[in-house]
Amino acid sequence: MTKNLHLWVIPLLPLIGAAINGLFGRRFKNAMVSAVALLFTAASFGWAAWAVYSLWPGGLAPHIETLFPWITAGSFSAPFGFYLDQLSMIMVLVVTGVGFLIHIYSVGYMSHEGGYYRFFAYLNLFMFFMLTLVLANNYLLMFVGWEGVGLASYLLIGFYFLKDSAANAGKKAFIVNRIGDFGFLIGMFLIIQHFGSLNYDTVFNKIAEGHFAPETGWGVFTVTALCLLFGATGKSAQVPLYVWLPDAMEGPTPVSALIHAATMVTAGIYMIARSHAIFNLAPHALEIVAIIGCLTAIFAATMGLAQTDIKRVLAYSTVSQLGYMVLACGVAAYAAGIFHLMTHAFFKALLFLGAGSVIHAIGGEQDMRRMGGLRKKIPVTFWVVTIATFAIAGFPPFAGFFSKDEILGAVFHSPYGGPVLWTIGVITAGLTSFYMFRLWFMTFFGEYKPDADLGDAHLTAAVHASPAAHGATPHADSHDDDSHGHGGVHESPWIMLAPLVILAALSVVGGWVGVPQFMGGHNEIEHFLAPAMESRSAVAGEAAAPEHTESLASPIGEIGKENKGTESTSEEWLLAGTSVFAASLGLFFAWLFYYKRRELPDRITTKIHGIYTMVLHKYYVDEGYGAIFVKPLLALSTVVFWRGVDQGVIDGLVNGAGTTSKGIGNQLRRMQSGNIRSYAAWVALGGAAVIAYMVWLGVSK
Amino acid sequence: MIPLSWYLMLSAVLFSIGVFGFLLKRNIITIFMSIELMLNAVNLSFVAFANYWNTHPQMLPSGARMVPLSGHVFVFFVMVVAAAEAAVGLAIIISVFRTRETLNVDRVNLLKL
Amino acid sequence: MNGSILTLVTFLPAIGALVLMLMPRNDRILRWTALVVSLVTFAFSLHLVRFFDYSQRGFQPQFDTNHAWIGQSIRYHLGVDGISMWLVLLTTLLVPVSVLVSWKSIHDRVKEFFVLLLLLEMAMIGVFLALDMFLFYVFWEATLIPMALLIGMYGHERRVYAAVKFFLYTMVASVFMLIAIIWLYTHNPQHNFEYTAFRDVIAHGGFSPTALQWLFLGFFIAFAVKVPLFPLHTWLPDAHVEAPTAGSVLLAGVLLKMGTYGLLRFNVGMFPDQSAYNSSWINVLAIIGIIYGALVALVQPNLKKLIAYSSVSHLGFVVLGIFSLTTMGTDGAVYQMLNHGISTGALFMLAGMLYERKHTYEFKEFGGLATPMPVYATFFLLAVLSSVGLPLLNGFVGEFLVLSGTFQSAVPHGMLFAILGSSGVIWGACYLLWMYQKVFYGSIHHDENKALPDIDGRERISLVPLVIMAVIMGVASPYWMKSIEPAVVELAKPAAKIASEAKAPTQSKLYGTTEARALIRTKVDDRTTAGLGAASLGSKTATAGGQK
Repeated sequence: MTKNLHLWVIPLLPLIGAAINGLFGRRFKNAMVSAVALLFTAASFGWAAWAVYSLWPGGLAPHIETLFPWITAGSFSAPFGFYLDQLSMIMVLVVTGVGFLIHIYSVGYMSHEGGYYRFFAYLNLFMFFMLTLVLANNYLLMFVGWEGVGLASYLLIGFYFLKDSAANAGKKAFIVNRIGDFGFLIGMFLIIQHFGSLNYDTVFNKIAEGHFAPETGWGVFTVTALCLLFGATGKSAQVPLYVWLPDAMEGPTPVSALIHAATMVTAGIYMIARSHAIFNLAPHALEIVAIIGCLTAIFAATMGLAQTDIKRVLAYSTVSQLGYMVLACGVAAYAAGIFHLMTHAFFKALLFLGAGSVIHAIGGEQDMRRMGGLRKKIPVTFWVVTIATFAIAGFPPFAGFFSKDEILGAVFHSPYGGPVLWTIGVITAGLTSFYMFRLWFMTFFGEYKPDADLGDAHLTAAVHASPAAHGATPHADSHDDDSHGHGGVHESPWIMLAPLVILAALSVVGGWVGVPQFMGGHNEIEHFLAPAMESRSAVAGEAAAPEHTESLASPIGEIGKENKGTESTSEEWLLAGTSVFAASLGLFFAWLFYYKRRELPDRITTKIHGIYTMVLHKYYVDEGYGAIFVKPLLALSTVVFWRGVDQGVIDGLVNGAGTTSKGIGNQLRRMQSGNIRSYAAWVALGGAAVIAYMVWLGVSK
Repeated sequence: MIPLSWYLMLSAVLFSIGVFGFLLKRNIITIFMSIELMLNAVNLSFVAFANYWNTHPQMLPSGARMVPLSGHVFVFFVMVVAAAEAAVGLAIIISVFRTRETLNVDRVNLLKL
Repeated sequence: MNGSILTLVTFLPAIGALVLMLMPRNDRILRWTALVVSLVTFAFSLHLVRFFDYSQRGFQPQFDTNHAWIGQSIRYHLGVDGISMWLVLLTTLLVPVSVLVSWKSIHDRVKEFFVLLLLLEMAMIGVFLALDMFLFYVFWEATLIPMALLIGMYGHERRVYAAVKFFLYTMVASVFMLIAIIWLYTHNPQHNFEYTAFRDVIAHGGFSPTALQWLFLGFFIAFAVKVPLFPLHTWLPDAHVEAPTAGSVLLAGVLLKMGTYGLLRFNVGMFPDQSAYNSSWINVLAIIGIIYGALVALVQPNLKKLIAYSSVSHLGFVVLGIFSLTTMGTDGAVYQMLNHGISTGALFMLAGMLYERKHTYEFKEFGGLATPMPVYATFFLLAVLSSVGLPLLNGFVGEFLVLSGTFQSAVPHGMLFAILGSSGVIWGACYLLWMYQKVFYGSIHHDENKALPDIDGRERISLVPLVIMAVIMGVASPYWMKSIEPAVVELAKPAAKIASEAKAPTQSKLYGTTEARALIRTKVDDRTTAGLGAASLGSKTATAGGQK
């Protein structure tokens, strides 16, 4: 607390970069634009690293810096304040580190694109909002980042805005995210109502003081937690709001890597982990979190099986992996979720960037059926993607193995998980392995067939907005230079490969910080995160002794600990072995179908045509949402509200009043004949009437 | 002494002649003369009442007070107004006659829709 | 200076209008004069912000100007508090901007246009400053004439229909307010039209609840039409679509705020009991406005109509905030008034710039404009984001406070209203992004659009202040809140107290007894069921009450 780290500088640096590029970038040369973007991102990374280093390893209490109030009204106040604890340390390093690497990669990848400055301005803007999200010290400021990354994502998905599909995808992403934000907002209102503040320390300290017991029924914390979860399902692409993420692949590939794999989509997991104190008070909500995570994991994995667009396979795999992380949160194994978040950031960014390198190499083609045999032609890309594939499939000693194993182990033992969720998790692991190796074999093995006839093109066309558009429009995600044509498959430049190599290294060693005890490791990451993830009673009394923490730790933490203590090492080995076996099985079938006997997939798909079509169409969820929500709503708005109520009833009444008075006036107008003598007659009659009345008055007296 | 009622009856007859003349005649000049007739009928009753109250103050309603010559003053007012009206009216009639070339009021109906 | 600054700010535009009238018909000079006059007015209005006493609590109008005007009972009384000060500033900011956007689009009868614009400015400022109810009513109605003429003379195809509709709609509703004002005047022992005197008379006059209910409704209808609150909103789309750009900017930016300002200042400020008891159905109307306005906006084929319906939706938030009867919600509502003036003002200006180039508002004529007009597209995006309520831009602060205030509110079903209102964030994103896509994204399918010129320096200058304000207001809201909140607390506290007491009936102090409260409830029910019969009954009771 004593040191002032000026945390606000970390998000502000990319914002300055975005402002410079956004305002003046049009006049800059490309080199200048990328220099600005890289410089500010690197500076941000440096500052973040310095800040983390200064605090390392972080005490029990978070480091909080408050600048000035942002919104104040009545007794409520939300400041611009920043919060650095172990959780945000990991997040901020992942965001700035991976973000910086992807910035470097983009310099090479985007060098032929129009709107170069725009791209980097958006990318820096995204960094600003993402860093605000992870560094905020209150929910409202987190919401700033939360909405802001949605905006950046909207802009970047719609980067090729001349394509309708890209513009639609951007809009869809923003709106679906907004639906989630609706839940987040309600959650915030509930937090304000019950804690009077949105500041993390106020809220968590109040909980840590022990006024609240975990709810047995559907109390206010359960509702709050579910609202927050709903927000997370939007941002982290969980069932039922995952639909935007696959479409988001319309954006440039570095964007998919940075936003839709490594960082933004993990915001939901970060938010749940951050709010673990609230979730721990709501067992029912945790159950639902676990179920949603599990459903998403398996659901998305099955959809990934049938995709032929390389980026879409990765997109579904992202959704599925995010499901794992949510599942981890659902069984109160937040540290495991964050661990997986970190390793996933490495290997999934690598996979996307590798896919980008492949796409770049073969001139903008994204359909895996037109790839193949690229192993020899782009060896560096091949090797890094291989590492990433093994990492995501969960083979030791790559990063993904440890984090996935951590999650599955926690699921098996947790009271909110159990064998059923664990089994689904393992099956998902097998499926993941299968579709990832399918991608691997289809892309790098066999023969290169750039002009392959896609038998079911009509089907593909229906699924992917318009494959033709990828290469047709000048702004599309393609590189149509002559030298980049189909004939000249070429390795990407080193500015793109260097980040790949670094990420590959991280994908190998990234998991070693979490080697579990039974394997002889120390699970450093869990210990590191422990202060942030334990009940926050320690924070209340700054330098409280660790025993104190133990005694007041939330019951859920206790349960987790107990299990850790009692579980037998052999059981652990068995669990780990099972998931590796599932991954190997996936590898075997992928090898069988897509390397050894390539005719098999077709035969199988014709046999189970119905199921295959359904999976290919992603279970018709998009169509379902369209038919159930979008179309009726539009029809209702047009026919009933606008034409009916507005123009029919209300304006009908208004205009009716108008025409009625007009009609009366028209009748009365006839009295005004314009004939002087008739007017005189009226005057005389009137006079006579007055006289008659007065006479009558006199008589009746 | 001729009773007040006689004057009033004469006034009423004259006024009625004026009204009917106004309503029935089509020539603007005749209508104009009818208006003058009505005005003078009213003048006659003013003068008659003024004279009557002057000579019969005991017939005044209780509490009312007779202001000498007030009826005569009204008559002068009316005569002035009538003179002004005649001046303006005749001017209008002349300009109407110039444009429409008729003195028939039924044909001066531009206001009519 | 402090003594006459309000008079100066109010009538400087009128003097400018007079000068313009006497000037020769040289369009260039006329435009510059109008711009200078409006800028000088803006500069003078900054004086208010500079010398406002931010430490003051309670209702103490500042820069008070109070003279006898017509006899002794009608006074020329102006003053500002933290709410009206910002609304005046909003007005004086939007008028020079409106002059700038009319620079080229108005080329016929230029003199009359700027004269009307400046007269309108005078009337609008007067509405926010007047503390004498008669004076208020004069200014209130005075806004109608220049605005109706602006629409009727400079509008598009159906301009006369729109102008007449606008005029009659709002005029008829205002009559009810006039009746209420006169009634209060006749029952005011001080025999004047002072706002504070009216407040006292209502609070301590011993009128029957029925009478007060009718007075409340008299004011309410006048303001609700202006807001406009569903179902009294149908004049708005027509007026907006037909109005010239400057007219739309001021109509949306300021005139609608007169309605919400009135609701807050007069309905909530003078009738705390009635506000608490009527809050439910008013909030229902506000919620309907939010959702219904958004849904109808979603399906509009016309850019300007869409923005007009979005105003219905946004103003729903303001009304919801006001009738949440919480400090937070009302703070947010006042803030949202300013926000809406800026963001929707900017949107209408942008729409007008497009109209100058294309002479249509129909979406089907646009598409892909981001390529020929990148700067324009950027400004438009910022305005859209501000309108959609993106955090760090102004709209979010207001929306968040309104919804959060409603959520904590003591009015019946506050939580439900907040949840329904929050769905507005989804709808807002839907229609605004849909609009943005229709105009800017995709490929250009009308060849003539490929050569559309981007916005020029003048247009940028007119947009920049609004965009900058949107950012500053999104980041530094406490600067505004420090003057808004004391005024809001002063206005809304009595009503808020009654609302929370109604929630906890044991502490009820309303009219001394709980029976009286029950009476109000039944009377209110009578009104809705028995309609006209109850009306006459109500007014009779009212008269009886007053004669005591």
